[in-house]
Amino acid sequence: MSERVLILGATSAIARATAAAFAARGAALYLASRDADELQRIAADLRLRYDVEVRYGLFDAEATESHEAFFKSVIQHMPTLSGVVLAFGYLGNQQAAQDFSVGAKVITSNFTGAVSILSHCANYFETLQSGFIIGISSVAGDRGRQSNYMYGAAKGALSLYLQGLRNRLFVRGVRVITIKPGFVDTAMTFGLPGLFLVASPQHIGERIVATLGKSADVVYLPSFWRYIMLIIKHIPEPVFKRMKL
Amino acid sequence: MTTLIKPLSGWGRYPVQSCELERPERYAELLPSSARLITRGQGRSYGDAALNENGRVMLTERINRLLDFDVNSGILRAEAGVTLADILPVIVPKGWFLPVTPGTKFVSLGGCVAADVHGKNHHYQGSFGDHVLSLELILADNSQLTCSPAENIELFWATVGGMGLTGIIGEVTLQLIAVQSAHMMVQHHAAKNLQQLFKHLENSALDDRYAVAWIDSLADSKNLGRGIAMFGHHAGAHEIPADFGDALTIKARRTRSIPCDLPGWALNPLSIGAFNALYYQREGNKQRPFLTSYDPYFYPLDAIQNWNRLYGKHGFVQYQCVIPQHTAFDGIKALLQELSNSRRPSFLAVLKRFGAQGRGMLSFPLAGYTLALDLPIRDEGLFVLLNKLDEIVVQHGGRVYLAKDARLSAASFRAMYPRYEEWLKIKQTVDPQNRFSSSLARRLKISGDAA
Repeated sequence: MSERVLILGATSAIARATAAAFAARGAALYLASRDADELQRIAADLRLRYDVEVRYGLFDAEATESHEAFFKSVIQHMPTLSGVVLAFGYLGNQQAAQDFSVGAKVITSNFTGAVSILSHCANYFETLQSGFIIGISSVAGDRGRQSNYMYGAAKGALSLYLQGLRNRLFVRGVRVITIKPGFVDTAMTFGLPGLFLVASPQHIGERIVATLGKSADVVYLPSFWRYIMLIIKHIPEPVFKRMKL
Repeated sequence: MTTLIKPLSGWGRYPVQSCELERPERYAELLPSSARLITRGQGRSYGDAALNENGRVMLTERINRLLDFDVNSGILRAEAGVTLADILPVIVPKGWFLPVTPGTKFVSLGGCVAADVHGKNHHYQGSFGDHVLSLELILADNSQLTCSPAENIELFWATVGGMGLTGIIGEVTLQLIAVQSAHMMVQHHAAKNLQQLFKHLENSALDDRYAVAWIDSLADSKNLGRGIAMFGHHAGAHEIPADFGDALTIKARRTRSIPCDLPGWALNPLSIGAFNALYYQREGNKQRPFLTSYDPYFYPLDAIQNWNRLYGKHGFVQYQCVIPQHTAFDGIKALLQELSNSRRPSFLAVLKRFGAQGRGMLSFPLAGYTLALDLPIRDEGLFVLLNKLDEIVVQHGGRVYLAKDARLSAASFRAMYPRYEEWLKIKQTVDPQNRFSSSLARRLKISGDAA
């Protein structure tokens, strides 16, 4: 039987590329996001290019009370889901997010909302005793920096949550993979200063799907980011706190 | 939306101008965010058509979804940022092909409409706009309008060939043509000089759905216009040998890339002369019909990524003009003579026949012959030569192709495009504040307001 994959936050560039990489290997897809018009366009495109079954439904990461009903309806349309890709996220503006009334949205979009929907997914796959959960976190979650620590904190918390989930679900045959992209050429980064070695969303999408064929748990994309973050993580805090990062 | 300011150029890498880029990822973001905006698909126009010095350039490359494809009727609807390279692998296996295709598949659908591009089949199928069933256009006042040959007709024909200056093309619905195979049946005929080349192209016994002639631009005096006429058609099922497998599938082609700019002197009369002599011998000898897949046939240069680097870091100008039927031979001969006298080698010289003029008000094609030349920029002398070529073109009642142009004067543009005034009326109606503008538009003084 072919794969059936749920993509949460399906309208971002990375999500689109990941969906395309899944469709290219014949997977049936369920796309979820807040934007009905975009969902319809992306679904039509994937059907035409890859000749696969694509469904879609409205999903709002911040509306956590709606998540249970949402997931039930996904399962109704796609019994025996093979896996889920959590691709939504919100960078926000660090300056603005230092006011909690704004910062709360960064936390909800990247962390609380993710935990809410993934708890339903995790319970489902645990019962199924198979499946995968791919969570797209960020290198920003590896160390807090003044330029984006609200986003970084939320993504760091997501990475920890995924780690715990991996530990819990391993014995039940469910894979949990944490993806930590570096700079990717998306709407989130377009026009930002100080970017280097920017990867295309297509490359990231293909690599994300390729991780299923490997045994890695935490994957930096592109892979050299593992070494960049290794260095950044090992700068002693007394030095780090003085740096402008 | 965050923007990015950077130096930008067209495919000819001349001119280079500082532009502020924005790149929407959602269809709803296709809005004229600022005054002085031009859309840019793949940046394959050669000069400054998709540049906006000190203005905004909206990249449409991510608004590239295929929306609908009816396998029975061959009607395709897609977002304007989609490339022909994205479309072909979807339609060809189902027995359909693009009705008109330019010489590269790395162009956007919106660009094909805005430049009203043509192919080697203009004498049969007309230009791209003739096959567009409808457009979704986003106007200066943020409203969205459907236009087609039956609805908002004038705006439709002002947008086809309108160089993106009437609004943002959001979606395109296109009528495809049916094919029985992914292959082309091709036949070459060598010609010793221009007269013979014209005879080949006019000869109804040789003519086919697609016709194009390659010219050895360095051949002189009695050999002036020496070249090869190449004819082809989509091979019918009966023309495909049984051992070809599925007639509608082709093998992926290997691509190479030019890793760096070649030095400016790499293309010189000696190297181009040697290439031309070899090419003339090899291709001219293909006198019998042969099969080739559509990819190398229509898109030979797509196999080499960044081939524009061959011309060195100063870039090049592609000069493409059309001369009306009744003066075509004399006009083309005068152009080639002028070029040959200048001793400026053109790496590429291509001659094509055009059928009747289409309905696009600023569309390039008109019944006659079109000549395209690729000329590297070495010095200011090139621009002197090109001005001379403009004079010849105007004298013969022809015009220069805006999608390739980087240097035409406003006065020559007016002389070449008699329907400009008619176009301007529509432009002023839909964009009274002239929000859609480009470097090309300002250079040619194409403008909605009097200033």
